[in-house]
Amino acid sequence: MNFRTGDTPTPDIVILAHKLTREYDMGLELVRALRGVSVQIRKNEYVAVMGPSGSGKSTLMNLIGCLDTPTSGEYWLNGQQVSDLRDDELARIRNKEIGFVFQTFNLLPRADALHNVELPLIYAGMSGRARRERAEYALARVGLADRMDHKPNELSGGQRQRVAIARALVNDPSILLADEPTGNLDSTTSGEIMAVFADLHRQGQTVVMVTHEHDIAAHAARVITLRDGIVATDQLKAA
Amino acid sequence: MALLDAVRLAWQTLRAQKLKSGFSLIGVFIGVSFFIGAWSITNGINIYMTEKFAGTVIGVNTFHLRRRPAFTPHVSDSMWRAWARRPRIRFSDAEAVSEGLTVPVITAWQSSDNGDIEANGKTVRAAEIVGATERYFDIKNLTIAQGRPFSAQEVRSGVPVVVVGSEVAQKLYPGRDPIGKTVRLGGRPYRIVGVVAEQGKLFGFSLDRFAVAPALSPVQDLVNPPGVVDALIVKANSEMEMREAMSQAEGIMRSRRHLRPAQGNTFVLETSEGVLEFWAGIQKVLFMFGPMVVLVSLVVGGIVIMNIMFMAVAERTREIGLRKSLGARRRDILRQFLVESVTLAGLGGAAGVLFGVLLTVALKAISPLPTALSGVSVVLGLLVGGLTGVAAGIIPASRASKLDPITALRQE
Repeated sequence: MNFRTGDTPTPDIVILAHKLTREYDMGLELVRALRGVSVQIRKNEYVAVMGPSGSGKSTLMNLIGCLDTPTSGEYWLNGQQVSDLRDDELARIRNKEIGFVFQTFNLLPRADALHNVELPLIYAGMSGRARRERAEYALARVGLADRMDHKPNELSGGQRQRVAIARALVNDPSILLADEPTGNLDSTTSGEIMAVFADLHRQGQTVVMVTHEHDIAAHAARVITLRDGIVATDQLKAA
Repeated sequence: MALLDAVRLAWQTLRAQKLKSGFSLIGVFIGVSFFIGAWSITNGINIYMTEKFAGTVIGVNTFHLRRRPAFTPHVSDSMWRAWARRPRIRFSDAEAVSEGLTVPVITAWQSSDNGDIEANGKTVRAAEIVGATERYFDIKNLTIAQGRPFSAQEVRSGVPVVVVGSEVAQKLYPGRDPIGKTVRLGGRPYRIVGVVAEQGKLFGFSLDRFAVAPALSPVQDLVNPPGVVDALIVKANSEMEMREAMSQAEGIMRSRRHLRPAQGNTFVLETSEGVLEFWAGIQKVLFMFGPMVVLVSLVVGGIVIMNIMFMAVAERTREIGLRKSLGARRRDILRQFLVESVTLAGLGGAAGVLFGVLLTVALKAISPLPTALSGVSVVLGLLVGGLTGVAAGIIPASRASKLDPITALRQE
């Protein structure tokens, strides 16, 4: 589908980036991290974003994750234009629509697994009991039903990342957004995490994953490669 | 995020850093302890002054006719010399005023000095020796525990009898009935006819170290030149009648001394208000310096907490970024750090209140200071502690809330 400025994306499009640019004013020089990226991702797609460092994939990831706003262009997430939302509205979008999975897990070290998973629900304003049930369900989904009261330092790397995935899923987001999710894991554990992702994808979850490893990207059904701030290739893998 | 969640979170964070949190409490703790302590002391003295001291020294609806005020804050030398030149209050003055008053009052003469009371080879040193008339005991609210007061007849005849304070009786005749026994005032013998019930202490001074003898007995040589009294005490039934009696007494004294309208009084009519004014002067000083000390320690405590909070924000930049990525709004982060800082200060304040209360109780038990705890000071102490937390936390918290999530997440 060809999208033009002024259009509204069709309901099956979860992510629509239209001519997105992002420039950083570094004082002496203007860094153009994205120079017009147009991407559409449908519901239940499993997409890997690749590219060498400096290609703009982190910038794109930040924009898709609503952590940053574009210099120009449009970004539609789940039928809502978010490119010009304000701070608090972006926080709400991050809370409801996006589940982040980070390379370094980013769990609160002093809180147990359950509380870590509860965090997004706390910010959503959910009450204690419902919150607990949802968090327990999410942990069970990633196979950690018996580790709920463990603190992060009592868990293995793979288990920590699964807690992080449970936290990302707990609010039932439109997209699961993973930034180098296996970057800190050995190959066996990486395989486990990829299996979890594949599982979630099968259950209907839209997954966007940023990585620079080809064998990780190979798990995705579609690979988008960025180079110098533009989309270089966008390939659907033959199923 | 619900407030309860924020408080729980703050509590977890503080518990994880016990030592650091403990140190940051100290400033607020000291400030609030001092606040409670100082307040209790001032409050206690205040109650003592208004209820007991003023009542003890002068009495309700009572005034003293004197040459010069007995209780005064600082007086200049020239004023003091002017007072010293005034004529004394003579027996004849006291009689004329007592007889001239048309308002129903009771009156008594009073003269006193410090002296030793001896008996049996024992001595009570520097006791208050009083020469008075028979209504003195009524006016002063002195309860006779044993024996009887001396009579009007004994006063007029100048019989050497004496009513002593309970401490005097116990020291001179321990374990024995003092009634009918002899004590010596200025070397002369007096027969004990009564003992006054124990009154306790005021600022550590015993109120039971005294002896009262009839004004016209030989005791008058000990307390004043012949024919002179320190004070005529006049007690009326109400404040209104007291005022009326005072103006009558003033008129009588002015005419006796032939004062022209332009001349001031050469005597004073002192009421308990005078004593309270004296106290108010001291209180003003306390109320000026007390808050300053409290303020200084709270400011120091606040700065310590502010620094702790700045450190916490710097240390937890990554956590803040994470929370923002999970949907925390600015006000959620602001609230989290504010609650943390208020919890810190609140804990310090609560500990301070507790210590201040203990201090108050301890002071009352072991020192002569009449402390009295006031509920207002406890509430104010907690409030002030909490406000310090808000003041100290607002800048670090607002800095935390404005952190850019991307930069914050990237920080190691």
